[in-house]
Amino acid sequence: MIEFRSVTKQFPDGTRAVDSLSLVIPSRKTTVLVGSSGSGKTTILRMINRMVDPTSGVVEIDGDDIAGKEPVKLRRGIGYVMQNSGLLPHRKVIDNIATVLYLTGVARGRARGRALELMDTVGLDRAFADRYPSQLSGGQQQRVGVARGLAVDPNILLMDEPFGAVDPIVRSELQQELLRLQRELGKTVVFVTHDIDEAFLLGDQIAILKTGGEIAQLGTPTEILSNPADDFVSSFVGTDRGARALHLAPGRFGNLVIDGTGRPAGILVNESPTEGPSWPGQTRGPSTDGR
Amino acid sequence: MNNWLDALAWLVDPENLTGPGGVPARTVEHLGYTLLTLVIAAAIALPIGYLIGHTGRGRGLAVAVSGGFRALPTLGLVTVLALLMGLGILAPLTALVILAIPPLLAGAYAGVGAVERSTIDSARAVGMTEWQVFAQVELPLSLPLAISGLRSATLQVIATWTVAAILPVGGLGRFMLDGLPVRNYAEVLGGAIVVILLALVIDAVLAGTQRIVIPRGVKALRLASKRMHA
Ligand SMILES: Nc1ncnc2c1ncn2[C@@H]1O[C@H](COP(=O)(O)OP(=O)(O)OP(=O)(O)O)[C@@H](O)[C@H]1O
Ligand SMILES: [Mg+2]
Repeated sequence: MIEFRSVTKQFPDGTRAVDSLSLVIPSRKTTVLVGSSGSGKTTILRMINRMVDPTSGVVEIDGDDIAGKEPVKLRRGIGYVMQNSGLLPHRKVIDNIATVLYLTGVARGRARGRALELMDTVGLDRAFADRYPSQLSGGQQQRVGVARGLAVDPNILLMDEPFGAVDPIVRSELQQELLRLQRELGKTVVFVTHDIDEAFLLGDQIAILKTGGEIAQLGTPTEILSNPADDFVSSFVGTDRGARALHLAPGRFGNLVIDGTGRPAGILVNESPTEGPSWPGQTRGPSTDGR
Repeated sequence: MNNWLDALAWLVDPENLTGPGGVPARTVEHLGYTLLTLVIAAAIALPIGYLIGHTGRGRGLAVAVSGGFRALPTLGLVTVLALLMGLGILAPLTALVILAIPPLLAGAYAGVGAVERSTIDSARAVGMTEWQVFAQVELPLSLPLAISGLRSATLQVIATWTVAAILPVGGLGRFMLDGLPVRNYAEVLGGAIVVILLALVIDAVLAGTQRIVIPRGVKALRLASKRMHA
């Protein structure tokens, strides 16, 4: 469990990126921080691995104040995945994945073996092992980034808009892959995005942020959609524009669910989905499970 | 009278190819001075340059100081230092070290400056120490530009050591300085040719090194972006 207790971050230039934030991030769940640009998402995320230190307040991991931990050691135990992968351009894919293993003194052979396994885990062909990052597509680079983040089998995985720079089709592939990984691995994932749809898809818990790292609403997707806390939230999730309004239309196999733009989102069946959270906006449909 | 033919004749004259005043000995001497100058200048400039590149601090100061150094007329500096320090190698050595510092310094901090901030940031975020960030990320990725700096420093130092022969020091400048008063133009030109050849050869060696040290993935990156722009 990660806990923020009235955490404030003021940068030297006077910007208050986060103002007395209190937030509990439960273990083994995905918490999504969503908000518009400049709302302090990255700053909050980076206070978890001490890339940024709070001006005041306490950040705890499993009850321990991280201010007392050595930053380098702390970071090696936490996976970090960022937009544009942040891979080392002069190292091969396999060595990029093994970066943290090398740092912690794992023997080269073992580290590389583990890196190859991780390539399988994130769905990357092992044939890419000897390529350089620049020889991969953006989506493949992100997979390498995720594999690197998982290398030391950390409990916590921080992801800062990891799929922000890839095209929509690849993004949706990567999102599905992350859902699968999360089902298998059950990490404490903190995921930053400004895409509310991504947040609804991936998050067990969602924090919608206003400027200054202020939490406009914290809850499950169902809670947020069914009961937006204020106008800011409803405008952010689009309920005010009717963007999430669904209606039914008769079809041969049951009622079709039509979304706000008039497109069929799926077919309404009576039993609820067998796994995963359910919420009003979710239907079984071509865009989410590929059938 | 053909100066070029005379110079060539001078160059192949066995008398000029042997002994402590011969071309090979002077060349070795010249290279020795050059190497000594570069080692001292690098020992000063590289740590400072990389510190500036790594911390991102002091860049303005470094640019100003380098600019000032560059503006110094080298011959004037050599002369002033010789007046202060007396004849011998110390004065020109000091002057040339000062001359060599700016390009080395600039190569180092510009080399680090050219590395993507997000690359460095993520190296730190996955748990590299500051030293590891420097040694495993900034240093290898800065090499292409750092070696550019070394190349221009080397060329200047090789060229300027010839001028330093006005103080009685050795090196290839001796031929030019000694030939001139006795109107031995074959010797002057022959000496000049050797200096030029030396500079070209050393530069070619460094250019080769520069190609080799460009990290493989970075080369691939350049190819990829070239293909994209083609
Ligand atoms: N190092 C810094 N120095 C000064 N101000 C900063 C610094 N880093 C961030 N800020 C400011 O803090 C605020 C929050 O920034 P942050 O990067 O956390 O936002 P974000 O929600 O991640 O935005 P984005 O979606 O654009 O990534 C912004 O106003 C930003 O300009
Ligand atoms: Mg951000």
